[in-house]
Amino acid sequence: MNLLILITLSVIMLVMAVTAVVHKKLTVAVLATGVVSLMASVMYLLMAAPDVAMTEAAIGSGLSTIIFFYVLNKIRKAK
Amino acid sequence: METLKIIGAIITLIGSLFLLLGSIGLIRMPDVFTRIQAGTKASTLGTLLSLLGLGIIYFDMAGKIFLLIVFILITNPVSSHMLARAAHFIGVKKADLTVVDKLEEKGKNHETKNSAK
Amino acid sequence: MANIILQIAGGIMLLSLVLSLYRFFSSGTLVNRVIAFDTMTIISISLIAMITHYSGRTIYIDVALIYGLLSFLGVVVVARYLEKSL
Repeated sequence: MNLLILITLSVIMLVMAVTAVVHKKLTVAVLATGVVSLMASVMYLLMAAPDVAMTEAAIGSGLSTIIFFYVLNKIRKAK
Repeated sequence: METLKIIGAIITLIGSLFLLLGSIGLIRMPDVFTRIQAGTKASTLGTLLSLLGLGIIYFDMAGKIFLLIVFILITNPVSSHMLARAAHFIGVKKADLTVVDKLEEKGKNHETKNSAK
Repeated sequence: MANIILQIAGGIMLLSLVLSLYRFFSSGTLVNRVIAFDTMTIISISLIAMITHYSGRTIYIDVALIYGLLSFLGVVVVARYLEKSL
């Protein structure tokens, strides 16, 4: 069961990372980065590191998405 | 004891079936607002049921699981409500089957207040 | 018996995660993608709880606690960004 979860999550992570690099719109790329860090947090938990998983959940999926969208809002106002 | 474990496992299975229903509704629904409803309400019920089943199996986790249920019940409708409100104000196209829209009927002073901000 | 039922439940959760990934790519606007993101975070909270059962360590439920507190902030920020009032 652990192996099945690992394979599925890593496939989703790979697809989302390719989307974040290739896609034209910046907002979609930021959302894809959020999904990548979400899956990375669950995978850290599977590798028996709950403290790293907590940090990744707080920083990667919470804080970085907020900061990226704040900056995108500032850029849109400046145009 | 074994009977209690099987009851908890069956409740968790029902919760995961609700998660699957929410995800199928996310694909099948024709509109943004109905997708918000399918993707959030069914998923909230599914998460609550699966956490409740795990709380029945492990009694020493029951306090943390109760706290988690309270957090999900508070935060999850807030996010879906704000998303639906933003989608209404930026003018997302509704489906042809939509019958009534109360926010648009009384929404003139809302829109002026929003644009004046 | 209970173990087999819980493993089937975990498999169904993985399937619904992949199905909500389909909505992320199939439709164009940003609102649809945010709905898919929200559903994926909710499903992964219960997946973390299932991993707690599989590995047998009850300390792992704390990660789900952190996630339940912080996961709605991303959706709220995107909603305020769409509403142009961040």
